[in-house]
Amino acid sequence: MSRDANTSTLRRDLADRILRRGPLEAVATTIIAAGVVMLMQPFFLTLYSWSFAITLFGTVMFTIVSKVRE
Amino acid sequence: MNDLSAPSITYRAVPVRPAVARRIRGLSDQALAWLFITPTIVLLLAINVFPLVWAIYLSFTNYRANRANAPTIWLGTDWYRSILTDPDIWAAMQVTAHFVIWTVLIETVLGFGLAFLIDKKFRGHGMWTTIILLPMMLSPAVVGNFWTFLYQPQIGLFNYVVAFVTGRDASSFQMLGDVTLSPWAIVIVDAWMWTPYVMLICLAGLRSIPDYIYEAAEVDRASNWRQFWSITLPMALPFIMLAVLFRGIENFKMFDMVNLLTGGGPGSTTEVASITLKRAAFESWRTGYSSAFAIILFVTVFGLANIYVKALNRVKNR
Repeated sequence: MSRDANTSTLRRDLADRILRRGPLEAVATTIIAAGVVMLMQPFFLTLYSWSFAITLFGTVMFTIVSKVRE
Repeated sequence: MNDLSAPSITYRAVPVRPAVARRIRGLSDQALAWLFITPTIVLLLAINVFPLVWAIYLSFTNYRANRANAPTIWLGTDWYRSILTDPDIWAAMQVTAHFVIWTVLIETVLGFGLAFLIDKKFRGHGMWTTIILLPMMLSPAVVGNFWTFLYQPQIGLFNYVVAFVTGRDASSFQMLGDVTLSPWAIVIVDAWMWTPYVMLICLAGLRSIPDYIYEAAEVDRASNWRQFWSITLPMALPFIMLAVLFRGIENFKMFDMVNLLTGGGPGSTTEVASITLKRAAFESWRTGYSSAFAIILFVTVFGLANIYVKALNRVKNR
């Protein structure tokens, strides 16, 4: 019983720490930046082909996580 | 007694309410607010949201604007796949990257340097600020034409100055006609025009640093070099980031100046993404294809704008 409560508290703490606007926005920003770099890099055509999907994913993620509580 | 005075008449103001005012009087604050913002919302929907939604729809079809009556076929994501595997479009993206990276780098270094100098109070600094800001106030169309003349191999001032400094013959090189020099020609013009803008943003950042921090550093016997690296640069950094992002977004969609200077040539050495888009849309009339390309550019700019807004909030919260 007590172990369950501890596990639940731990999980909530972890969720509280990670599922906040700041860190999630930072992740979304990094994904967008990676997408833009992939779009403009001159080395691999494959990276260029995936750039739009990555940028779109980052942008949608940013739009969603900017509504998450602070 | 001869009374010449006019007989006294009492005028009574009768309030006349126009019909609209009478109707508005009965509205709640919220209804009144909606009444005022509705025209703006309708205008935004008509000129921003509707064309965007329409372009998204067209990007999945074979629609051509010069054959509007032809049957429209649904192609799914074919255009997107075609664009994202096309080496020519990839090359246009690399030309855009060259333009964006070098202009942003040069403008940031020069802009911050100028802001740092202008921030030091010296005689006539107001006049110098105005002179430095002049290029930013010109129209890109004017700047494009103006620099086309400056880059003329025979009569252009730019070639003459380069010839004077290096001793090379002025007509031996063409800034706009050479495949090696033309990408740099557009970088030089953009840097000339927009460095003052970066300077203004950096100046705002430098002026926002409180004097007492420098005074405390003086007390601690910190050198000027140490003050620059430990106080000036970190505190001005959010403003520099803002300028970098803003110029990056603007140059990513640069069209007018490059179109006037080189039109994307020679060959396709200065064909930035927006010029490729214009050619596909209004020279080849591939409306569906160009809509898909425009959506790809839009998503990229929208993503960068999100980062820009985040940086702006960070500056605001300082």
